[in-house]
Amino acid sequence: MIALSLILLLADSQFNLFASSRIYLNSLVSPLQYIADAPQKLFSTLADNLMTRDALKERNQQLEKDNLHLKADRLLLTQLQNENKQLRELLNSQRSFTNKRMITEVMSLRSDPFTHQLLINKGALDGVYLGQPVINEEGVVGQVSQVGSTTSRVLLIVDASHGIPVRVQRNDVTAIVHGSGAWNKLNVPFVQSNADLQEGDLLVTSGLGGRFPAGYPVATVSRFNYQEGALYAEVTATPVAKLDRSRYLLLLWNDHQYNESDLSLTPPESEDVSPE
Amino acid sequence: MSVLSSYRVIYLTFFLGLICAIFPLPIILNAFRPDWMILLLFYWVLALPHRVSIGHAFVLGLLLDLLLGSTLGMHALLFSVLAYLVSINYQRIRYFTLVQTTLLAGGFILLAKLVLYWIASSLQDIVLHSHYFWSIFTSMLIWPWFFLFLRFIRIRFKVA
Repeated sequence: MIALSLILLLADSQFNLFASSRIYLNSLVSPLQYIADAPQKLFSTLADNLMTRDALKERNQQLEKDNLHLKADRLLLTQLQNENKQLRELLNSQRSFTNKRMITEVMSLRSDPFTHQLLINKGALDGVYLGQPVINEEGVVGQVSQVGSTTSRVLLIVDASHGIPVRVQRNDVTAIVHGSGAWNKLNVPFVQSNADLQEGDLLVTSGLGGRFPAGYPVATVSRFNYQEGALYAEVTATPVAKLDRSRYLLLLWNDHQYNESDLSLTPPESEDVSPE
Repeated sequence: MSVLSSYRVIYLTFFLGLICAIFPLPIILNAFRPDWMILLLFYWVLALPHRVSIGHAFVLGLLLDLLLGSTLGMHALLFSVLAYLVSINYQRIRYFTLVQTTLLAGGFILLAKLVLYWIASSLQDIVLHSHYFWSIFTSMLIWPWFFLFLRFIRIRFKVA
């Protein structure tokens, strides 16, 4: 039995043998997860239903106001989009925007204490795939790390094994943001100590890895510190998305996932000329 | 009582235990969540070693791995080892007082946490939080009541 579990451990961690069967295994236990999530869900729907008329009215007004503002912004957005497209055509560079997205709900269940994961209630049946970017209304949340037929797991950007390529919105300096293992801290390693980076700078996805579409906010720089003579500066950042209290997330479909994965298979010489 | 119906009761407790193990709690309380599955296994292997043993422990560990999304086999290995340790010593442990079994349960959970940490740290780089070990104390606090409750269930439903 011990040998069997050791073999399982090795097979799963080193050789990733269960990648395909994990869908079925995960679907096997998803009824349990739905049952455990049910009381919480019931409670929140009850809380939603037990609202006074005034509160509802006020909220409705607020939402209508927000909607008006957002729609007005959107009017400009299409204009800007067209303009941007034309300018990009003039420059002969193209950039795609992802269109398809899906709202998913977080099943607030406990996960492995060593990793930062969330369980969501969409799975392979909804078209979720491994490595799919997940955001909420504030910024990037993480990526899908395991898929079941009706549930999936999202690896958060603060997990110690997660890294995401970013650039500074202010001046396009590129960097990589690593999770630290704490809920509200990210590390930005390998930043030159003379790099133009300030506290409060917004880091957005650069789209270089091919997984995350470019332009989504990831974190703000919370500390920039360097020692005299050190090669790299000590930079930490705070995620912009409230990872521990978001209830609804958005799954994004990266239109060019297949093209990008083809790119990553080509030898490293050709990667240098990848369009930015 | 027939084998089938006693297994029914045992599996029902396992089912509830699995749900308790993943039941949503606020983040602050999460660290204090007792290790229900270890306590359950400890009790059943102790009480009925001919019914629940290493095989059951392995399958339950695998289920917990899937539920928690950890590397497959982590909890399976751990639970099998714990079940083995209990099942070779059950005759001795049965004569322990409640205080002694409480300490033993605490020791088992400490061992389990250390092994889990060791396995996890050998597979990936992880960060150990200081509150990782707090659940040992809540588990030890709960164990006497849990033990009496399970014994009540075992006698009430004549599980043998």
